[in-house]
Amino acid sequence: MLENISLNTIFSIVLIFCAPIIGGFLMGIDRKLTARMQSRMGPPIIQPFYDVIKLWGKEPFISSTLQPILAFCYFGFSLTSFALLALGQDLLLIIFTLGIADSCLIIASLNSKSPYSVLGGKRELLSIMSYEPVLLLTAISIYYVTGSFMVARIFYLSYPLISYLPLVFIALIPVLVIDLKKSPYDVSASGHAHQELVRGVFTEFSGYSLALIELGHWTKVVMMLSLVSLFWATNLIIGICLALVLFFIVLVIDNVYPRLDWKSMLKTTWSIGIILIIANIVGLIARVVMHI
Amino acid sequence: MSVVGFSRANSLWVVNYFNSCGFMELLPWVGSGYDMERFGILPTASARHADVLVVAGYITLKGAKRVRRIYDQMPSPKYVLALGSCPMTGGMYWDSYNTVKNIEEVLPVDVWVLGCPPKPENIGHGIVMAMNAIKSGFKGH
Repeated sequence: MLENISLNTIFSIVLIFCAPIIGGFLMGIDRKLTARMQSRMGPPIIQPFYDVIKLWGKEPFISSTLQPILAFCYFGFSLTSFALLALGQDLLLIIFTLGIADSCLIIASLNSKSPYSVLGGKRELLSIMSYEPVLLLTAISIYYVTGSFMVARIFYLSYPLISYLPLVFIALIPVLVIDLKKSPYDVSASGHAHQELVRGVFTEFSGYSLALIELGHWTKVVMMLSLVSLFWATNLIIGICLALVLFFIVLVIDNVYPRLDWKSMLKTTWSIGIILIIANIVGLIARVVMHI
Repeated sequence: MSVVGFSRANSLWVVNYFNSCGFMELLPWVGSGYDMERFGILPTASARHADVLVVAGYITLKGAKRVRRIYDQMPSPKYVLALGSCPMTGGMYWDSYNTVKNIEEVLPVDVWVLGCPPKPENIGHGIVMAMNAIKSGFKGH
């Protein structure tokens, strides 16, 4: 039984357990780069780990018994969706698992009497509504190129996916901005400007449940960036560089733009995102037709 | 020095309660001049996420209930930093009919920063003192 497990599988399993740690370092780099862009020194790169250890040691204030369970589910489902991606499973399943993770967060935030938390939950629902169609269409366009929804099939291609789907790649930028909860579309959590929402969906969490949510968020970031790195799957090192470049672009967008409201978020992702992806698919079909 | 204590000292999230000039002197710490994020200090909005309550300026009798409520909503270990002479003695409002003369009547204070208003350097000194105390295991009140 054991000899059937290949080196790749072992590597994937190690990667799954390292995902939150990689995400933590990414968040640290994020905070450092953001600080440098604002001509500040910035915290050390391991600062997010300090935060999580501190939060774990704090007294838990639980406003509803369901909240810690749902916070754990958020982390668990984020990790599951990354595990499915690392093991080369179905893209649709990965996207739906990610959706369940977000739903856990929304249910937890709606499960309190704080109006800020409820408002944050509703806005989180809107942000899922805006990026989920784009993600699904991305999966469909990948299906169109590879002929399968399986992630493992992307690695069989002899050419990078981005050469066939450049517009889909561009359409993923707003999705990444929403998923990383960065400035123009930071409508649900309000990370940097907390005048109107306090802390949005995270308002009612404290102690270890907030730490779990942080871990879940890191895993989700790693999961989204590895989804992006699949666009150059022929050489994964270039793919990872591509993902990091996109991460940097998202940081620049975060520092350049002020926060916009949910209507412009929906408009951007639904109009530009979906039009770009459909244009790409139509272009691919046209290329096939022209050959015939 | 334990890992938890070190992390706790290096990741102080601050919730502010301010109604006077003391906060104006705290603001340079948020910007690029002094940059409090290099110590891991972040301003938070929700009291549930906060470790440190910064009280700047005078506390009115009405405001005292609010401060106490914010303090009660913070999960322990929690620390209180009082800025300026107003929370300490009433400051220039020492004979006012509706200010709390000493904030310790309302909540326990861990770090006092002197000045009317205190200079940003003094606030930094207070923060570093608090960090050193937390590193050596101080759990607050």
